[in-house]
Amino acid sequence: MGTFKMNLNGDQVEVEALDDTPLLWVLRDHLGMTGTKYGCGKALCGACTVHLDGTPVRSCSIQISSVEGKNVTTIEGISKTELHPVQKAWIAEDVPQCGYCQSGQIMSAVALLSNTPNPTDEDIETAMSGNICRCGTYVRIRRAIKRAAKGGAS
Amino acid sequence: MNNEKSKIFKVDRRTFLKTTSITTTGLLLGMQFSCSSTTKKLSGDPTANFSPSVYLNINGTGEVTIIAHRSEMGTGIRTSLPLVLGDELEVDWKQVKVVQAVGDAKYGDQNTDGSYSVRMFYPIMRKAGATARMMLEQAAANEWKVDVSQVKAKDHGVVNENGDVLGFGYLADKAAQLEVPDESSLKLKSPDDFKFIGKKTSIVDLEDIVTGKAIFGLDTKVEGAKVAIIRRPPVPGGKLKSYNADAALQVPGVLKVFTIDSPDFPLQLHRPLGGVVVVADNTWSAIKGRDALKVEWDKGVNGKYDSVNYVESMMKRAKADGTVKREQGSAGSELAKASQKVEADYRVHHLSHTPMETPCAIANFKDEKVEIWAPTQEPQWARAAVRGTLGLKEENVTVNVTLLGGGFGRKSKPDFVVEAAMVSKESGFPIKLLWTREDDVQHDFYHANCAQHISAGIDDSGKVNAWLHRTVFPSIGSTSTSDANQPSGAELSQGVLDFPYDVPNVSCQTNEAHAQVRVGWLRSVANINHAFAVGCTLDEIAEKRGVDPAQNLIDMLGADRNIDLDSMSTEFWNYEESLEEYPWSTARFKNVIEQVKSMSGWGKAMPAGSGMGIAAHRSFLTYVACVVEVEVKDGRVKIPKAYYAVDCGVAVNPERIKAQFEGGAVFGTSIALKSKITVRQGAVEQSNFHDYQVARMNESPMETEVFIVQSNEKPTGVGEPPVPPFAPALCNAVYKATGKRIRELPISL
Repeated sequence: MGTFKMNLNGDQVEVEALDDTPLLWVLRDHLGMTGTKYGCGKALCGACTVHLDGTPVRSCSIQISSVEGKNVTTIEGISKTELHPVQKAWIAEDVPQCGYCQSGQIMSAVALLSNTPNPTDEDIETAMSGNICRCGTYVRIRRAIKRAAKGGAS
Repeated sequence: MNNEKSKIFKVDRRTFLKTTSITTTGLLLGMQFSCSSTTKKLSGDPTANFSPSVYLNINGTGEVTIIAHRSEMGTGIRTSLPLVLGDELEVDWKQVKVVQAVGDAKYGDQNTDGSYSVRMFYPIMRKAGATARMMLEQAAANEWKVDVSQVKAKDHGVVNENGDVLGFGYLADKAAQLEVPDESSLKLKSPDDFKFIGKKTSIVDLEDIVTGKAIFGLDTKVEGAKVAIIRRPPVPGGKLKSYNADAALQVPGVLKVFTIDSPDFPLQLHRPLGGVVVVADNTWSAIKGRDALKVEWDKGVNGKYDSVNYVESMMKRAKADGTVKREQGSAGSELAKASQKVEADYRVHHLSHTPMETPCAIANFKDEKVEIWAPTQEPQWARAAVRGTLGLKEENVTVNVTLLGGGFGRKSKPDFVVEAAMVSKESGFPIKLLWTREDDVQHDFYHANCAQHISAGIDDSGKVNAWLHRTVFPSIGSTSTSDANQPSGAELSQGVLDFPYDVPNVSCQTNEAHAQVRVGWLRSVANINHAFAVGCTLDEIAEKRGVDPAQNLIDMLGADRNIDLDSMSTEFWNYEESLEEYPWSTARFKNVIEQVKSMSGWGKAMPAGSGMGIAAHRSFLTYVACVVEVEVKDGRVKIPKAYYAVDCGVAVNPERIKAQFEGGAVFGTSIALKSKITVRQGAVEQSNFHDYQVARMNESPMETEVFIVQSNEKPTGVGEPPVPPFAPALCNAVYKATGKRIRELPISL
């Protein structure tokens, strides 16, 4: 057991957990933040994607001990005042079906666009193929990313 | 408050009477003074409630609550059925709150499965909306002392000829006093007046989903809840021999370890598999605790099951004479003398559902009552199974339905809900029960593996005159009873007995097979196997006949007609409906084939290594034709584009229908290119998305275009029908691109 500090969506938080607890379960169980989802536990599906110091990571496979002192952004943290342009684009394209994987998809897309503001199809596939959507919303995810890149939400 | 309100009403009534006295002098006058003389009373007694059906409440503030009694797993049903009610009621959609129903028989069927929801509840929701609308109109007419024919519900209120408005809120308590009209007197809207049906409406959960606020299976906060994870027998039907929990109990956070008995095989659809339960303060402790268990299993009756070998043994039976389930003419003797023949054997393996949200449930058992929150497709079954297992009174079991992170048939089966309730009772804690992905992949209710043999005979004139189709696969029924040693009529009517082509000699046969894992239904069920085999064989027939594959389908369908399949097989099943109500129309089938041909530019020249394939299939009463374009390079299949034409009768929410087809294409891609469950020594070999693969963005169609036939026919479902024709269309495209016929899924090039 240890006490770990991180900056979560702009707030300093402190949690007590087993050192090897994945960030995913710290978020969900210890902090009650359920926007980040469990999908595989092995960094294979992307449902748990969050940003660690701005980089997209699979929170199911990042131990809390390695998060100490770092900045974590979750789906709850990207729209504090108004919806993020990616969220707006997701709404404009009616992307979600069941919605379960979409927090992770959006977090991957936000990271993609912050590094690559005008992604090609190939850029999109490279950035997004780690995120599985079993409902199969990929064509709309692709469209929404392009829409957000153009700055058009509606 | 009430007195105060009634005073206001009295004043308003006088004002109102003055207004009407002006307008009764002439319509023209009324119109002239419409700005200053119309009255608008929107709300009434806020405590008033008008609930003319279980699906609807209107309160005095005008808030309309519509109950979503079907489960939302991504089809949009939580939006679409309330929309149907709301359309008839004439609501302002922004003033509607959709509330999810608990599992309760009073709502009628809640089994969100079989692409039933819209088909079954479209008329019921329309009637519920129309009933309320007519009562509100009557209440308004009474207020205005005019005949009901002079008023009309519009935009969340009732208007009269003068333009006065009485809001639904204002009318709620007045309508509540009225008799509910007889069903025969209901006046449904003309389709020309539909406000929502046939137009796009976004799902009600859209913003919650994109902001991470939507509540799925384990997202409900229940005070004091602990986490449970179960080590289940690796072989279904196996039993615990011994276990040691010492190390597990040393893991910080682990609270309890205990066992649940494992039932004998066949296991049935609702019973947990049993095993060793670890309860902990948090998920990670539970996972580590389970990893630390030392467990020995007795493998039981299925310990030798090898699924790949079993497909081969089923293939032997598919190549021998079987039990005849449909017979016209004499396919056998015609095949013997056919001038040309197409013969092929098809293999399909087990598949797992792998919804992105694994099975999970929260249960809080206390004082002989249990409250449950679960992503279940069938809350009434979950309730009954929990009640029966724990010996509770029905009223003491509450099943709240959360959003489902995908279902695909897996979450119909209530075993995981029962587990949560059992563990809560045994542990004394509210329990969040999680299936890890490994649990999900290894202990699913698998899609039935299948062996098929098809022989088709072509006569001298080039006409197909004989069709022999044998299919062998373990029936879903055999998961529940060892008597079910052959597929059921319902399973065989998913692409075998319903063979629609105009071939004079037809024989459909089956043979014995048994479930040795839990077999369940996966999105479109037996249609997956049969549409694949039939769709690929028809493509081979086209080649033998020397005609275009799309034209071949149209040729073979023959004259436009409704096929009397009941007379062709005593076991034919029309998805719970009669052929009178939902005919098998070759004209509608041909139409979707023609539509997909024209939208896809069928027949256009394709570069080397590319190809287009077509397949068409009616399932769940919906007619679908699909064209897939592929590029094959170094054994890798890319799908630049897929096209669907669909006839599902009235299209309630066309935008969501398109989404189902876009998603169906991806689901079909997984089946065709990626997914395969194999069982050895009784245990599933795959465990997670690295070895049970599903289609990712870079493997899925780049684009999927969907054409919905405009129709006033009764609406039919769209959740499952996109899946069956996709794989054969893809296989036929791969043949065009590579010259290789595909006879086994997933495709291996």
